[in-house]
Amino acid sequence: MRSRLTRTATAVLTVGLMATTTACNRGGADTADGTAASGAAGDGATVTLALSTLNNPFFISLRDGAQEAADEAGVTLEVTDAQNDAATQQNQLADAATQGVDAVVINPVDSEAAGAAVTPVQDADIPVIAVDRSVEGAEVSTTIASDNVAGGRQAAEALAKAIGEEGQVIVLQGVAGTSASRDRGKGFEEGIAQFPGIEVVSMQPANFDRAEGLDVATNLLQSNPGVTGIFAENDEMALGAIQALGDRAGQDVFVVGFDGTDDGLAAIEEGTLHATIAQQPGELGRIAVEQALAIIDGEDVEAEQSVEVVTVTADNVGDFLQ
Amino acid sequence: MSTEVTTPPRTGRARSARTRAARFLADNGALVGLVLVCLAMFIATPDFLTTANLLNVGVQAAVVAILAFGLTYVIVAAGIDLSVGSVAALSAVGAGWIVASGMPGVLGLVAGPLVGLLAGLVSGLAVAYGKLPSFIATLAMLSVARGLTLVVSGGRPISMPEQINWLGGRVGPVPTPVVVMLVMFAVTAFVLNRTVFGRSLYAIGGNGEAARLSGLPVKRLTAAVFALSGLYAGVAGLVLAGRLGSAQPQAAAGYELDAIAAVVIGGASLAGGQGKATGTLIGALVLAVIRNGLNLLNVSSFWQQVVIGLVIALAVGMDVLRRRTP
Repeated sequence: MRSRLTRTATAVLTVGLMATTTACNRGGADTADGTAASGAAGDGATVTLALSTLNNPFFISLRDGAQEAADEAGVTLEVTDAQNDAATQQNQLADAATQGVDAVVINPVDSEAAGAAVTPVQDADIPVIAVDRSVEGAEVSTTIASDNVAGGRQAAEALAKAIGEEGQVIVLQGVAGTSASRDRGKGFEEGIAQFPGIEVVSMQPANFDRAEGLDVATNLLQSNPGVTGIFAENDEMALGAIQALGDRAGQDVFVVGFDGTDDGLAAIEEGTLHATIAQQPGELGRIAVEQALAIIDGEDVEAEQSVEVVTVTADNVGDFLQ
Repeated sequence: MSTEVTTPPRTGRARSARTRAARFLADNGALVGLVLVCLAMFIATPDFLTTANLLNVGVQAAVVAILAFGLTYVIVAAGIDLSVGSVAALSAVGAGWIVASGMPGVLGLVAGPLVGLLAGLVSGLAVAYGKLPSFIATLAMLSVARGLTLVVSGGRPISMPEQINWLGGRVGPVPTPVVVMLVMFAVTAFVLNRTVFGRSLYAIGGNGEAARLSGLPVKRLTAAVFALSGLYAGVAGLVLAGRLGSAQPQAAAGYELDAIAAVVIGGASLAGGQGKATGTLIGALVLAVIRNGLNLLNVSSFWQQVVIGLVIALAVGMDVLRRRTP
């Protein structure tokens, strides 16, 4: 009887585990402090950069851009890493409020949850700047983000041009329900609708992950052998798709990614990736810190600022490779 | 078989045949499930039953299957290892780092599994001698290994040398990941069935105290089991890195749950003492077939997670029911 109970309990536990995925992997703050030299704008000021995760090259570039701007201005930048957990981010923001920093730049784990998380900061009269993702349900001083919808449209145009404005294409989607996936997908659908000769034969999620991109693209190519174009909502999945295509990548089948990561740019140089839509994460971080300093100095800033996304192909990839 | 039930011996034979059939179905529930899922996919889409696609399924099952083989030892011995996904990523990044620092590529092939072995050994020592529950010790290792992966890689992918990339290539017509999976399967089946070590694990999982009293070195065996699971995770990490041509710091996140699911679908009991390498292989294939089929059928992203969750619940639920009936 007892062992039967144990087995049932353990079986239930397994299913529970499947549901909670990586929920146990939370906590941890990573502080990278800038050199507090004397500067002009926010002399000796401290700015907190609350990042959603550092487990992603994109946000590392964003942090580097922010750090550069902070170093130039001679302010201290404190970086926290929420490890993609909204509750952790809330705690980190509460800590920043208690600490009395001069400004908080937040890159929300989740736009909805961030609304409640920034309240204690604003109650402490600390200006809040949102970067990359918006904050819903609270008014922030300014939001700095890439235009993902426009980027999706640009991706559609680049892909259409590559395949001669006709044929079958497939789409590798990001994590279902995230704003990046929604906006890029929406932009791509709008863009591709301009080309009546192109048919989107399949749209499947690969969760922004390279290994999943490889598997899903392999499967989709199996059921749609006539595909000539693939749009992936980020470069990681695009690189997975290229792996699935092997020698056909860039020859019979053209792949367009999104983000402009180092690996993505290298693939463009090799000719396997046709194009990527480069966000400029360093620029996002730099502008966010600059705006934070402007606000500390009492200047007025615009409520929304979009950082341009750029279509990168073999023609201009040289400008982006460092 | 005759439908006549006149003479007692015949009835007996008929019944025993039926019992045998029922027992076969019960013992091979996972296999029956796999056949059913394959049949459903075959009917739903002609693309499923092609050599190319079946090899794809094999490749896509490989990493989770290798992790799950290692986990089978742990689960048979009534433990759990939540760290295998993170340890796989750490092993791959460790191997990549060694090669990037100028060592020959072959050394990476050795370093990967070695890193996994060490990480597993640490968990094993914490469980066996530190008396930590394996759930907690390996939960800690899940976090530590992922963190070290980020530290070593600086959060960026590390590209892999040829010697590791061939793990993602082909041996003749067969993809290398499938070959590695089958080799690891054979090793696991042999160790669990034919060695004193393997048989001891069933004893420990069945009743740890009885195993100790009958003279088995339970602590040492427990530590070894986790080290072995880490070693398998190291191999899985290299295969994944070979397929991707690079070691990704966020690779294999969440794979531990797929691996646990594969072992459990394969008929192992999380209470210990039960589990087979064949079952685990089938469990991993069931998961891969379902993912592959959902793609081929172009099922919406929102529904895929629902379907996979339901299949796992169904498989485990049926298993629980099966055990309840004698």
